[in-house]
Amino acid sequence: MSTATSTLTDAAVDITGLTVRFESKRSQTTAVTDVSLRVEPGEFVTIVGPSGCGKSTLLKVVAGLVPPTSGTVSLLGRPVRRPQQDIGFVFQRPALLDWRSVRKNILLQAEMRGLDRSVAARRADELIALTGLTGFEKALPHELSGGMQQRVALCRALLHQPPVLLMDEPFGALDALTREQLNTELNRIWRDTGTTVLLVTHSIAEAVFLGTRVEVMSPRPGRIVRTFPVDIPPERDYAQIMSDERFDRLATQIRGLLGAGANH
Amino acid sequence: MPQRAADQSAGPATDDQPGTIPPVAELPPVAASAGNPGARGGTPPAARLVRLLEALWRPALLLAALFAGWWFVAEREYMPNYLLPTPGQVWATMTEDWSFLMRNTYVTLYETVIGFILAALLGLGTAVLIVYSRTLEKAVYPIVLFAQVIPKIAIAPLLVAWFGVGLTPKIVLAVLIAFFPVVISGVAGLRSTDPELLDLSATMGAGPWRTFRRIRFPNSLPHLMSGLKVAVTLAVVGAVVGEFVGAKEGLGYVLLVANGNLDAALLFADLFLMSLIGIVLFAVVEVAEALLIPWHASRRGGVPLTTS
Repeated sequence: MSTATSTLTDAAVDITGLTVRFESKRSQTTAVTDVSLRVEPGEFVTIVGPSGCGKSTLLKVVAGLVPPTSGTVSLLGRPVRRPQQDIGFVFQRPALLDWRSVRKNILLQAEMRGLDRSVAARRADELIALTGLTGFEKALPHELSGGMQQRVALCRALLHQPPVLLMDEPFGALDALTREQLNTELNRIWRDTGTTVLLVTHSIAEAVFLGTRVEVMSPRPGRIVRTFPVDIPPERDYAQIMSDERFDRLATQIRGLLGAGANH
Repeated sequence: MPQRAADQSAGPATDDQPGTIPPVAELPPVAASAGNPGARGGTPPAARLVRLLEALWRPALLLAALFAGWWFVAEREYMPNYLLPTPGQVWATMTEDWSFLMRNTYVTLYETVIGFILAALLGLGTAVLIVYSRTLEKAVYPIVLFAQVIPKIAIAPLLVAWFGVGLTPKIVLAVLIAFFPVVISGVAGLRSTDPELLDLSATMGAGPWRTFRRIRFPNSLPHLMSGLKVAVTLAVVGAVVGEFVGAKEGLGYVLLVANGNLDAALLFADLFLMSLIGIVLFAVVEVAEALLIPWHASRRGGVPLTTS
Protein backbone atom coordinates (compact mmCIF):
# COMPACT_ATOMS: atom_id res chain seq x y z
CA MET A 1 0.00 0.00 0.00
CA SER A 2 1.20 3.47 -0.76
CA THR A 3 0.30 5.11 2.54
CA ALA A 4 4.02 5.75 2.88
CA THR A 5 3.78 8.63 0.42
CA SER A 6 1.36 10.54 2.62
CA THR A 7 2.75 12.86 5.25
CA LEU A 8 1.27 14.25 8.42
CA THR A 9 0.45 17.52 6.72
CA ASP A 10 -1.83 15.82 4.19
CA ALA A 11 -5.53 16.03 4.79
CA ALA A 12 -7.33 12.74 5.20
CA VAL A 13 -9.86 13.89 2.64
CA ASP A 14 -9.49 16.97 0.48
CA ILE A 15 -12.26 18.00 -1.89
CA THR A 16 -12.02 21.16 -4.00
CA GLY A 17 -14.73 22.58 -6.23
CA LEU A 18 -16.42 19.24 -6.72
CA THR A 19 -19.37 18.99 -9.07
CA VAL A 20 -21.01 15.71 -10.03
CA ARG A 21 -23.56 15.46 -12.81
CA PHE A 22 -25.31 12.30 -13.87
CA GLU A 23 -26.39 12.16 -17.45
CA SER A 24 -28.88 9.80 -18.95
CA LYS A 25 -30.41 9.93 -22.42
CA ARG A 26 -33.35 12.04 -21.33
CA SER A 27 -32.20 13.97 -18.33
CA GLN A 28 -29.26 15.52 -16.60
CA THR A 29 -29.08 15.65 -12.82
CA THR A 30 -26.61 17.67 -10.83
CA ALA A 31 -26.06 15.73 -7.62
CA VAL A 32 -23.53 18.00 -5.95
CA THR A 33 -22.22 21.35 -7.04
CA ASP A 34 -19.08 23.23 -6.08
CA VAL A 35 -18.36 21.38 -2.85
CA SER A 36 -15.10 22.00 -1.06
CA LEU A 37 -14.31 20.08 2.09
CA ARG A 38 -11.16 19.28 3.98
CA VAL A 39 -11.04 16.61 6.67
CA GLU A 40 -7.97 16.45 8.87
CA PRO A 41 -6.67 13.11 10.17
CA GLY A 42 -8.51 12.04 13.31
CA GLU A 43 -11.50 14.28 12.71
CA PHE A 44 -15.06 13.05 12.78
CA VAL A 45 -16.93 15.07 10.18
CA THR A 46 -20.65 14.61 9.75
CA ILE A 47 -22.58 15.79 6.74
CA VAL A 48 -26.25 16.46 7.32
CA GLY A 49 -28.82 17.38 4.71
CA PRO A 50 -32.24 16.51 3.35
CA SER A 51 -32.84 13.35 1.35
CA GLY A 52 -31.51 13.46 -2.17
CA CYS A 53 -29.03 16.27 -1.62
CA GLY A 54 -26.15 14.25 -3.00
CA LYS A 55 -24.59 13.29 0.33
CA SER A 56 -24.18 9.68 -0.70
CA THR A 57 -22.73 10.71 -4.04
CA LEU A 58 -20.15 12.75 -2.18
CA LEU A 59 -18.99 9.71 -0.23
CA LYS A 60 -18.87 7.58 -3.35
CA VAL A 61 -16.68 10.15 -5.05
CA VAL A 62 -14.29 10.06 -2.09
CA ALA A 63 -14.24 6.25 -2.31
CA GLY A 64 -13.47 6.50 -6.02
CA LEU A 65 -16.67 4.70 -6.97
CA VAL A 66 -18.16 7.67 -8.83
CA PRO A 67 -15.96 9.94 -10.97
CA PRO A 68 -16.21 13.71 -10.41
CA THR A 69 -17.55 15.79 -13.30
CA SER A 70 -15.25 18.62 -12.27
CA GLY A 71 -13.12 19.52 -9.29
CA THR A 72 -10.49 17.48 -7.49
CA VAL A 73 -10.65 14.91 -4.73
CA SER A 74 -7.74 13.47 -2.84
CA LEU A 75 -7.52 10.90 -0.12
CA LEU A 76 -4.52 10.88 2.23
CA GLY A 77 -2.69 13.23 -0.09
CA ARG A 78 -3.20 11.19 -3.25
CA PRO A 79 -5.66 12.06 -6.02
CA VAL A 80 -8.66 9.73 -6.22
CA ARG A 81 -8.97 8.18 -9.67
CA ARG A 82 -10.10 4.62 -9.04
CA PRO A 83 -11.78 2.72 -6.19
CA GLN A 84 -9.79 3.44 -3.05
CA GLN A 85 -8.54 0.75 -0.73
CA ASP A 86 -7.38 2.78 2.27
CA ILE A 87 -10.97 3.13 3.42
CA GLY A 88 -13.68 1.26 5.22
CA PHE A 89 -17.18 1.73 3.83
CA VAL A 90 -20.45 1.25 5.70
CA PHE A 91 -23.72 1.56 3.78
CA GLN A 92 -27.23 2.21 5.02
CA ARG A 93 -28.07 -1.44 4.43
CA PRO A 94 -25.66 -3.90 6.04
CA ALA A 95 -24.92 -5.59 2.65
CA LEU A 96 -23.84 -8.83 4.30
CA LEU A 97 -23.38 -12.15 2.53
CA ASP A 98 -26.39 -14.30 3.48
CA TRP A 99 -24.44 -17.54 3.37
CA ARG A 100 -21.63 -16.47 5.67
CA SER A 101 -21.60 -16.44 9.44
CA VAL A 102 -20.99 -13.22 11.34
CA ARG A 103 -17.31 -14.02 11.73
CA LYS A 104 -16.85 -15.03 8.10
CA ASN A 105 -18.66 -11.92 6.93
CA ILE A 106 -16.19 -9.82 8.87
CA LEU A 107 -13.27 -11.85 7.51
CA LEU A 108 -14.45 -11.26 3.93
CA GLN A 109 -12.50 -8.01 4.09
CA ALA A 110 -9.28 -9.95 4.78
CA GLU A 111 -9.96 -12.61 2.16
CA MET A 112 -10.64 -10.08 -0.57
CA ARG A 113 -7.49 -8.18 0.29
CA GLY A 114 -5.38 -11.29 0.77
CA LEU A 115 -4.37 -10.29 4.31
CA ASP A 116 -2.63 -12.61 6.72
CA ARG A 117 -5.21 -15.06 8.04
CA SER A 118 -4.13 -15.38 11.64
CA VAL A 119 -3.69 -11.64 12.11
CA ALA A 120 -7.10 -11.02 10.55
CA ALA A 121 -8.71 -13.70 12.71
CA ARG A 122 -7.34 -12.14 15.87
CA ARG A 123 -8.45 -8.70 14.76
CA ALA A 124 -11.93 -10.03 13.94
CA ASP A 125 -12.27 -11.49 17.42
CA GLU A 126 -11.25 -8.16 18.94
CA LEU A 127 -13.86 -6.33 16.88
CA ILE A 128 -16.52 -8.89 17.73
CA ALA A 129 -15.85 -8.31 21.41
CA LEU A 130 -15.67 -4.53 20.92
CA THR A 131 -19.09 -4.35 19.25
CA GLY A 132 -20.85 -6.78 21.56
CA LEU A 133 -21.25 -9.53 18.97
CA THR A 134 -19.69 -12.18 21.23
CA GLY A 135 -21.78 -15.34 21.16
CA PHE A 136 -23.11 -14.60 17.69
CA GLU A 137 -19.94 -15.44 15.72
CA LYS A 138 -21.56 -18.43 14.03
CA ALA A 139 -24.98 -16.91 13.45
CA LEU A 140 -26.12 -16.19 9.91
CA PRO A 141 -27.22 -12.63 9.01
CA HIS A 142 -30.92 -13.54 8.76
CA GLU A 143 -30.81 -14.65 12.37
CA LEU A 144 -29.72 -11.21 13.55
CA SER A 145 -31.61 -8.01 14.24
CA GLY A 146 -30.97 -4.95 12.08
CA GLY A 147 -28.75 -3.37 14.72
CA MET A 148 -26.64 -6.51 15.03
CA GLN A 149 -26.31 -6.77 11.25
CA GLN A 150 -25.07 -3.20 11.09
CA ARG A 151 -22.54 -3.98 13.82
CA VAL A 152 -21.21 -6.77 11.61
CA ALA A 153 -20.94 -4.34 8.69
CA LEU A 154 -19.03 -1.94 10.96
CA CYS A 155 -16.62 -4.68 12.04
CA ARG A 156 -16.06 -5.64 8.42
CA ALA A 157 -15.27 -2.00 7.57
CA LEU A 158 -12.78 -1.76 10.44
CA LEU A 159 -11.02 -5.10 10.02
CA HIS A 160 -8.11 -3.82 7.96
CA GLN A 161 -7.67 -0.78 10.22
CA PRO A 162 -8.44 1.76 7.50
CA PRO A 163 -7.14 5.30 8.06
CA VAL A 164 -10.47 6.66 6.77
CA LEU A 165 -13.94 5.34 7.50
CA LEU A 166 -16.79 6.42 5.20
CA MET A 167 -20.31 5.91 6.48
CA ASP A 168 -23.43 6.45 4.39
CA GLU A 169 -26.42 6.84 6.74
CA PRO A 170 -25.25 3.72 8.55
CA PHE A 171 -27.96 3.76 11.19
CA GLY A 172 -30.75 5.26 9.09
CA ALA A 173 -32.79 2.07 8.98
CA LEU A 174 -32.63 1.37 12.72
CA ASP A 175 -35.04 2.24 15.50
CA ALA A 176 -34.21 5.25 17.67
CA LEU A 177 -32.97 3.27 20.68
CA THR A 178 -30.67 1.00 18.72
CA ARG A 179 -29.45 4.02 16.86
CA GLU A 180 -28.44 5.86 20.04
CA GLN A 181 -26.73 2.75 21.31
CA LEU A 182 -24.74 2.35 18.10
CA ASN A 183 -23.89 6.05 18.04
CA THR A 184 -22.40 5.72 21.51
CA GLU A 185 -20.42 2.66 20.41
CA LEU A 186 -19.21 4.40 17.28
CA ASN A 187 -18.07 7.36 19.35
CA ARG A 188 -16.06 5.02 21.57
CA ILE A 189 -14.58 3.13 18.61
CA TRP A 190 -13.57 6.38 16.95
CA ARG A 191 -11.83 7.57 20.10
CA ASP A 192 -10.11 4.19 20.56
CA THR A 193 -8.88 3.79 16.99
CA GLY A 194 -8.17 7.37 15.99
CA THR A 195 -9.67 6.68 12.57
CA THR A 196 -10.82 9.62 10.48
CA VAL A 197 -14.55 9.37 9.93
CA LEU A 198 -16.73 11.00 7.30
CA LEU A 199 -20.34 10.21 8.06
CA VAL A 200 -23.46 11.19 6.15
CA THR A 201 -26.81 11.37 7.90
CA HIS A 202 -30.18 13.06 7.77
CA SER A 203 -30.49 13.08 11.54
CA ILE A 204 -29.45 16.39 13.09
CA ALA A 205 -29.07 14.86 16.55
CA GLU A 206 -26.82 12.12 15.19
CA ALA A 207 -24.73 14.63 13.26
CA VAL A 208 -24.11 16.78 16.32
CA PHE A 209 -23.66 13.87 18.71
CA LEU A 210 -20.99 12.20 16.59
CA GLY A 211 -19.24 15.04 14.81
CA THR A 212 -16.32 17.19 15.76
CA ARG A 213 -17.63 19.27 12.87
CA VAL A 214 -21.00 19.31 11.13
CA GLU A 215 -21.32 20.26 7.46
CA VAL A 216 -24.82 21.22 6.40
CA MET A 217 -25.85 20.57 2.81
CA SER A 218 -28.65 22.14 0.79
CA PRO A 219 -31.20 20.18 -1.25
CA ARG A 220 -30.28 19.13 -4.78
CA PRO A 221 -28.08 20.25 -6.28
CA GLY A 222 -26.22 19.71 -3.04
CA ARG A 223 -23.70 22.19 -1.81
CA ILE A 224 -22.31 22.88 1.61
CA VAL A 225 -24.16 25.85 3.04
CA ARG A 226 -22.52 26.09 6.43
CA THR A 227 -19.96 24.50 8.73
CA PHE A 228 -20.52 24.13 12.47
CA PRO A 229 -17.61 23.19 14.70
CA VAL A 230 -18.89 21.15 17.64
CA ASP A 231 -17.12 22.43 20.74
CA ILE A 232 -18.14 19.55 22.95
CA PRO A 233 -15.39 17.20 24.25
CA PRO A 234 -15.00 14.06 22.12
CA GLU A 235 -16.22 11.62 24.76
CA ARG A 236 -19.98 11.82 24.49
CA ASP A 237 -22.96 10.36 26.21
CA TYR A 238 -26.58 10.65 25.14
CA ALA A 239 -27.96 11.25 28.60
CA GLN A 240 -25.58 14.15 29.19
CA ILE A 241 -25.57 15.64 25.74
CA MET A 242 -29.34 15.91 25.47
CA SER A 243 -29.32 18.29 28.43
CA ASP A 244 -26.19 20.07 27.22
CA GLU A 245 -27.05 23.60 26.24
CA ARG A 246 -24.36 23.69 23.48
CA PHE A 247 -25.90 20.62 21.84
CA ASP A 248 -29.32 22.21 21.94
CA ARG A 249 -28.13 25.48 20.44
CA LEU A 250 -26.30 23.74 17.60
CA ALA A 251 -29.21 21.45 16.80
CA THR A 252 -31.62 24.37 16.74
CA GLN A 253 -29.34 26.37 14.44
CA ILE A 254 -28.96 23.47 12.03
CA ARG A 255 -32.66 22.74 12.07
CA GLY A 256 -33.37 26.39 11.23
CA LEU A 257 -30.90 26.29 8.38
CA LEU A 258 -32.28 23.05 6.91
CA GLY A 259 -35.84 24.33 7.28
CA ALA A 260 -34.96 27.52 5.40
CA GLY A 261 -33.11 25.56 2.75
CA ALA A 262 -36.03 23.25 2.19
CA ASN A 263 -38.40 26.14 1.59
CA HIS A 264 -36.92 27.69 -1.48
CA MET B 1 -45.03 -19.16 4.38
CA PRO B 2 -46.07 -19.38 7.99
CA GLN B 3 -42.73 -20.89 8.97
CA ARG B 4 -40.82 -17.84 7.88
CA ALA B 5 -42.90 -15.50 9.92
CA ALA B 6 -42.34 -17.75 12.88
CA ASP B 7 -38.58 -17.78 12.33
CA GLN B 8 -38.45 -14.05 12.74
CA SER B 9 -40.71 -13.72 15.74
CA ALA B 10 -38.82 -13.22 18.94
CA GLY B 11 -41.28 -15.12 21.06
CA PRO B 12 -41.27 -18.82 21.93
CA ALA B 13 -40.91 -20.53 18.56
CA THR B 14 -43.80 -22.02 16.59
CA ASP B 15 -46.84 -24.06 17.50
CA ASP B 16 -45.88 -26.94 15.24
CA GLN B 17 -42.64 -27.67 17.00
CA PRO B 18 -43.41 -28.23 20.65
CA GLY B 19 -40.52 -28.45 23.03
CA THR B 20 -38.22 -26.10 21.11
CA ILE B 21 -38.85 -22.94 23.07
CA PRO B 22 -35.57 -21.02 23.20
CA PRO B 23 -34.10 -20.90 26.68
CA VAL B 24 -34.05 -17.11 26.77
CA ALA B 25 -37.29 -15.61 25.59
CA GLU B 26 -35.96 -12.06 25.06
CA LEU B 27 -33.35 -13.20 22.58
CA PRO B 28 -34.19 -13.95 18.94
CA PRO B 29 -34.18 -17.62 17.96
CA VAL B 30 -30.52 -17.26 17.08
CA ALA B 31 -29.69 -18.07 20.68
CA ALA B 32 -30.73 -21.64 20.01
CA SER B 33 -29.01 -22.12 16.66
CA ALA B 34 -25.82 -20.16 17.22
CA GLY B 35 -24.65 -23.00 19.41
CA ASN B 36 -25.19 -25.73 16.81
CA PRO B 37 -24.37 -24.39 13.38
CA GLY B 38 -25.48 -27.63 11.71
CA ALA B 39 -29.15 -27.05 12.44
CA ARG B 40 -30.97 -25.31 9.65
CA GLY B 41 -32.89 -22.47 11.20
CA GLY B 42 -32.83 -24.41 14.44
CA THR B 43 -35.42 -27.04 13.40
CA PRO B 44 -34.96 -30.40 15.12
CA PRO B 45 -35.13 -33.54 12.91
CA ALA B 46 -38.33 -34.83 14.56
CA ALA B 47 -40.21 -31.64 13.72
CA ARG B 48 -38.86 -31.82 10.20
CA LEU B 49 -40.18 -35.35 9.80
CA VAL B 50 -43.59 -34.23 11.01
CA ARG B 51 -43.55 -31.40 8.45
CA LEU B 52 -42.47 -33.80 5.72
CA LEU B 53 -45.36 -36.13 6.49
CA GLU B 54 -47.71 -33.21 6.63
CA ALA B 55 -46.57 -32.08 3.20
CA LEU B 56 -46.81 -35.58 1.77
CA TRP B 57 -50.10 -37.07 2.91
CA ARG B 58 -52.34 -35.09 0.55
CA PRO B 59 -50.48 -35.86 -2.68
CA ALA B 60 -50.02 -39.46 -1.48
CA LEU B 61 -53.77 -39.78 -0.95
CA LEU B 62 -54.52 -38.35 -4.39
CA LEU B 63 -52.01 -40.68 -5.99
CA ALA B 64 -53.53 -43.67 -4.20
CA ALA B 65 -56.99 -42.66 -5.43
CA LEU B 66 -55.76 -42.40 -9.03
CA PHE B 67 -54.04 -45.75 -8.73
CA ALA B 68 -57.22 -47.34 -7.36
CA GLY B 69 -59.19 -45.84 -10.24
CA TRP B 70 -56.74 -47.24 -12.79
CA TRP B 71 -56.75 -50.64 -11.13
CA PHE B 72 -60.55 -50.71 -11.02
CA VAL B 73 -61.05 -49.69 -14.66
CA ALA B 74 -58.37 -52.08 -15.95
CA GLU B 75 -59.34 -55.06 -13.81
CA ARG B 76 -63.02 -54.78 -14.78
CA GLU B 77 -61.92 -54.30 -18.41
CA TYR B 78 -63.97 -51.15 -18.93
CA MET B 79 -61.09 -50.51 -21.30
CA PRO B 80 -59.48 -53.45 -23.10
CA ASN B 81 -56.18 -54.60 -21.54
CA TYR B 82 -54.23 -54.11 -24.75
CA LEU B 83 -54.95 -50.39 -24.26
CA LEU B 84 -54.94 -50.21 -20.48
CA PRO B 85 -53.12 -53.02 -18.70
CA THR B 86 -53.80 -53.90 -15.09
CA PRO B 87 -51.22 -52.97 -12.45
CA GLY B 88 -50.57 -56.72 -12.07
CA GLN B 89 -49.74 -57.10 -15.76
CA VAL B 90 -47.37 -54.13 -15.62
CA TRP B 91 -45.70 -55.57 -12.55
CA ALA B 92 -45.33 -58.95 -14.24
CA THR B 93 -43.67 -57.35 -17.30
CA MET B 94 -41.45 -55.33 -15.05
CA THR B 95 -40.15 -58.43 -13.23
CA GLU B 96 -39.96 -60.71 -16.33
CA ASP B 97 -38.11 -58.17 -18.47
CA TRP B 98 -36.18 -56.68 -15.58
CA SER B 99 -32.66 -57.00 -16.99
CA PHE B 100 -33.79 -55.87 -20.46
CA LEU B 101 -35.52 -52.83 -18.99
CA MET B 102 -32.60 -52.00 -16.70
CA ARG B 103 -30.15 -52.14 -19.60
CA ASN B 104 -32.23 -49.64 -21.54
CA THR B 105 -32.88 -47.48 -18.48
CA TYR B 106 -29.14 -47.26 -17.99
CA VAL B 107 -28.68 -46.04 -21.58
CA THR B 108 -31.28 -43.30 -21.21
CA LEU B 109 -30.00 -42.34 -17.76
CA TYR B 110 -26.48 -42.07 -19.12
CA GLU B 111 -27.54 -39.84 -22.03
CA THR B 112 -29.60 -37.68 -19.69
CA VAL B 113 -26.91 -37.23 -17.06
CA ILE B 114 -24.15 -36.45 -19.55
CA GLY B 115 -26.48 -34.08 -21.40
CA PHE B 116 -27.48 -32.37 -18.19
CA ILE B 117 -23.92 -31.93 -16.95
CA LEU B 118 -22.81 -30.50 -20.29
CA ALA B 119 -25.85 -28.20 -20.40
CA ALA B 120 -25.12 -27.00 -16.85
CA LEU B 121 -21.47 -26.25 -17.63
CA LEU B 122 -22.14 -24.64 -21.00
CA GLY B 123 -25.14 -22.75 -19.64
CA LEU B 124 -23.23 -21.35 -16.68
CA GLY B 125 -20.29 -20.43 -18.89
CA THR B 126 -22.59 -18.61 -21.29
CA ALA B 127 -24.31 -16.83 -18.40
CA VAL B 128 -20.95 -15.64 -17.09
CA LEU B 129 -19.97 -14.34 -20.54
CA ILE B 130 -23.29 -12.54 -20.91
CA VAL B 131 -23.07 -10.93 -17.47
CA TYR B 132 -19.43 -9.89 -17.69
CA SER B 133 -19.20 -8.62 -21.26
CA ARG B 134 -21.58 -6.14 -22.81
CA THR B 135 -20.24 -6.95 -26.26
CA LEU B 136 -20.69 -10.66 -25.82
CA GLU B 137 -24.11 -10.08 -24.33
CA LYS B 138 -25.16 -8.26 -27.49
CA ALA B 139 -23.63 -10.99 -29.66
CA VAL B 140 -24.69 -14.08 -27.73
CA TYR B 141 -28.05 -13.28 -26.16
CA PRO B 142 -30.07 -12.98 -29.39
CA ILE B 143 -28.59 -16.26 -30.60
CA VAL B 144 -29.46 -18.01 -27.35
CA LEU B 145 -33.01 -16.70 -27.65
CA PHE B 146 -33.25 -17.69 -31.29
CA ALA B 147 -31.93 -21.17 -30.49
CA GLN B 148 -34.65 -21.48 -27.88
CA VAL B 149 -37.36 -20.59 -30.38
CA ILE B 150 -36.38 -23.43 -32.74
CA PRO B 151 -38.42 -26.49 -31.77
CA LYS B 152 -35.59 -28.79 -30.69
CA ILE B 153 -37.68 -31.86 -31.40
CA ALA B 154 -37.80 -30.79 -35.04
CA ILE B 155 -34.03 -30.88 -35.37
CA ALA B 156 -33.77 -34.35 -33.87
CA PRO B 157 -33.85 -36.06 -37.31
CA LEU B 158 -31.11 -33.74 -38.48
CA LEU B 159 -28.98 -34.64 -35.47
CA VAL B 160 -29.45 -38.33 -36.20
CA ALA B 161 -28.42 -37.72 -39.80
CA TRP B 162 -25.31 -35.90 -38.59
CA PHE B 163 -24.24 -38.04 -35.66
CA GLY B 164 -25.73 -41.45 -36.47
CA VAL B 165 -27.90 -43.61 -34.23
CA GLY B 166 -25.41 -43.80 -31.35
CA LEU B 167 -25.48 -41.87 -28.07
CA THR B 168 -24.19 -38.58 -29.47
CA PRO B 169 -27.40 -37.18 -31.05
CA LYS B 170 -29.37 -37.95 -27.86
CA ILE B 171 -26.82 -36.20 -25.68
CA VAL B 172 -26.70 -33.24 -28.06
CA LEU B 173 -30.48 -32.97 -27.98
CA ALA B 174 -30.56 -33.20 -24.18
CA VAL B 175 -27.95 -30.43 -24.02
CA LEU B 176 -29.86 -28.22 -26.44
CA ILE B 177 -33.12 -28.56 -24.51
CA ALA B 178 -31.62 -28.22 -21.01
CA PHE B 179 -29.24 -25.38 -21.87
CA PHE B 180 -31.72 -22.50 -21.99
CA PRO B 181 -33.10 -22.55 -18.43
CA VAL B 182 -29.54 -22.74 -17.09
CA VAL B 183 -28.48 -19.65 -19.05
CA ILE B 184 -31.55 -17.65 -18.06
CA SER B 185 -31.36 -18.55 -14.38
CA GLY B 186 -27.59 -18.07 -14.35
CA VAL B 187 -27.86 -14.59 -15.84
CA ALA B 188 -30.66 -13.66 -13.43
CA GLY B 189 -28.68 -15.01 -10.47
CA LEU B 190 -25.41 -13.31 -11.36
CA ARG B 191 -27.22 -10.04 -12.04
CA SER B 192 -29.03 -10.16 -8.70
CA THR B 193 -25.88 -9.22 -6.79
CA ASP B 194 -26.39 -6.24 -4.49
CA PRO B 195 -24.63 -3.31 -6.24
CA GLU B 196 -23.37 -2.13 -2.85
CA LEU B 197 -21.59 -5.43 -2.42
CA LEU B 198 -19.87 -4.86 -5.75
CA ASP B 199 -18.91 -1.34 -4.65
CA LEU B 200 -17.60 -2.78 -1.42
CA SER B 201 -15.64 -5.39 -3.30
CA ALA B 202 -14.04 -2.64 -5.39
CA THR B 203 -12.87 -0.80 -2.27
CA MET B 204 -11.42 -4.08 -1.01
CA GLY B 205 -9.18 -4.14 -4.05
CA ALA B 206 -10.44 -7.57 -5.07
CA GLY B 207 -10.05 -8.65 -8.67
CA PRO B 208 -12.92 -9.99 -10.79
CA TRP B 209 -12.12 -13.62 -9.96
CA ARG B 210 -12.28 -13.11 -6.18
CA THR B 211 -15.46 -11.09 -6.54
CA PHE B 212 -16.97 -13.83 -8.66
CA ARG B 213 -15.94 -16.66 -6.38
CA ARG B 214 -16.81 -15.12 -3.04
CA ILE B 215 -19.74 -12.86 -3.89
CA ARG B 216 -21.35 -13.20 -7.30
CA PHE B 217 -21.34 -16.96 -7.75
CA PRO B 218 -22.64 -17.98 -4.31
CA ASN B 219 -25.19 -15.19 -4.60
CA SER B 220 -26.45 -16.63 -7.89
CA LEU B 221 -26.95 -20.15 -6.52
CA PRO B 222 -30.63 -19.89 -5.50
CA HIS B 223 -31.57 -18.77 -9.02
CA LEU B 224 -29.18 -21.18 -10.67
CA MET B 225 -30.43 -24.19 -8.72
CA SER B 226 -34.04 -23.60 -9.72
CA GLY B 227 -32.87 -23.36 -13.33
CA LEU B 228 -30.97 -26.63 -12.92
CA LYS B 229 -34.07 -28.35 -11.59
CA VAL B 230 -36.00 -27.37 -14.71
CA ALA B 231 -33.03 -28.35 -16.87
CA VAL B 232 -32.67 -31.84 -15.42
CA THR B 233 -36.27 -32.79 -16.20
CA LEU B 234 -35.91 -31.32 -19.70
CA ALA B 235 -32.74 -33.34 -20.25
CA VAL B 236 -34.80 -36.54 -19.86
CA VAL B 237 -37.18 -35.28 -22.55
CA GLY B 238 -34.24 -34.53 -24.84
CA ALA B 239 -32.73 -37.98 -24.44
CA VAL B 240 -36.04 -39.80 -25.00
CA VAL B 241 -36.98 -37.71 -28.05
CA GLY B 242 -33.53 -38.42 -29.47
CA GLU B 243 -34.21 -42.11 -29.06
CA PHE B 244 -37.61 -41.82 -30.74
CA VAL B 245 -36.04 -40.60 -33.92
CA GLY B 246 -33.42 -43.24 -34.33
CA ALA B 247 -31.95 -45.64 -31.81
CA LYS B 248 -31.20 -49.27 -31.10
CA GLU B 249 -31.47 -49.00 -27.33
CA GLY B 250 -32.83 -46.81 -24.56
CA LEU B 251 -36.27 -46.31 -23.04
CA GLY B 252 -37.46 -44.19 -25.96
CA TYR B 253 -36.62 -47.03 -28.33
CA VAL B 254 -38.35 -49.59 -26.06
CA LEU B 255 -41.41 -47.36 -26.04
CA LEU B 256 -41.59 -47.40 -29.83
CA VAL B 257 -41.18 -51.18 -29.91
CA ALA B 258 -43.86 -51.68 -27.24
CA ASN B 259 -46.20 -49.42 -29.13
CA GLY B 260 -45.59 -51.27 -32.37
CA ASN B 261 -46.37 -54.62 -30.71
CA LEU B 262 -49.43 -53.24 -28.89
CA ASP B 263 -47.67 -54.36 -25.72
CA ALA B 264 -49.35 -51.95 -23.32
CA ALA B 265 -47.87 -53.57 -20.23
CA LEU B 266 -44.33 -53.01 -21.49
CA LEU B 267 -45.26 -49.50 -22.55
CA PHE B 268 -46.50 -48.71 -19.06
CA ALA B 269 -43.47 -50.24 -17.40
CA ASP B 270 -41.30 -48.17 -19.70
CA LEU B 271 -43.19 -44.99 -18.85
CA PHE B 272 -42.73 -45.67 -15.15
CA LEU B 273 -39.00 -46.04 -15.57
CA MET B 274 -38.78 -42.82 -17.60
CA SER B 275 -40.65 -40.93 -14.91
CA LEU B 276 -38.47 -42.53 -12.29
CA ILE B 277 -35.34 -41.22 -14.01
CA GLY B 278 -36.80 -37.71 -13.96
CA ILE B 279 -37.89 -37.94 -10.33
CA VAL B 280 -34.60 -39.38 -9.10
CA LEU B 281 -32.50 -36.79 -10.94
CA PHE B 282 -34.76 -34.00 -9.72
CA ALA B 283 -34.33 -35.27 -6.17
CA VAL B 284 -30.56 -35.37 -6.62
CA VAL B 285 -30.55 -31.71 -7.64
CA GLU B 286 -32.84 -30.92 -4.68
CA VAL B 287 -30.41 -32.57 -2.29
CA ALA B 288 -27.50 -30.73 -3.91
CA GLU B 289 -29.44 -27.50 -3.44
CA ALA B 290 -30.10 -28.22 0.22
CA LEU B 291 -26.40 -28.91 0.75
CA LEU B 292 -25.17 -25.93 -1.25
CA ILE B 293 -27.52 -23.22 -0.07
CA PRO B 294 -28.88 -24.09 3.37
CA TRP B 295 -28.85 -20.35 4.07
CA HIS B 296 -31.36 -19.47 1.39
CA ALA B 297 -34.75 -18.11 2.42
CA SER B 298 -36.78 -20.69 0.52
CA ARG B 299 -34.98 -23.46 2.41
CA ARG B 300 -35.22 -22.01 5.89
CA GLY B 301 -38.73 -23.29 6.47
CA GLY B 302 -37.46 -26.81 5.97
CA VAL B 303 -40.41 -27.74 3.76
CA PRO B 304 -39.26 -30.39 1.30
CA LEU B 305 -40.44 -30.82 -2.28
CA THR B 306 -40.44 -27.13 -3.12
CA THR B 307 -39.81 -26.69 -6.77
CA SER B 308 -38.38 -23.22 -6.85
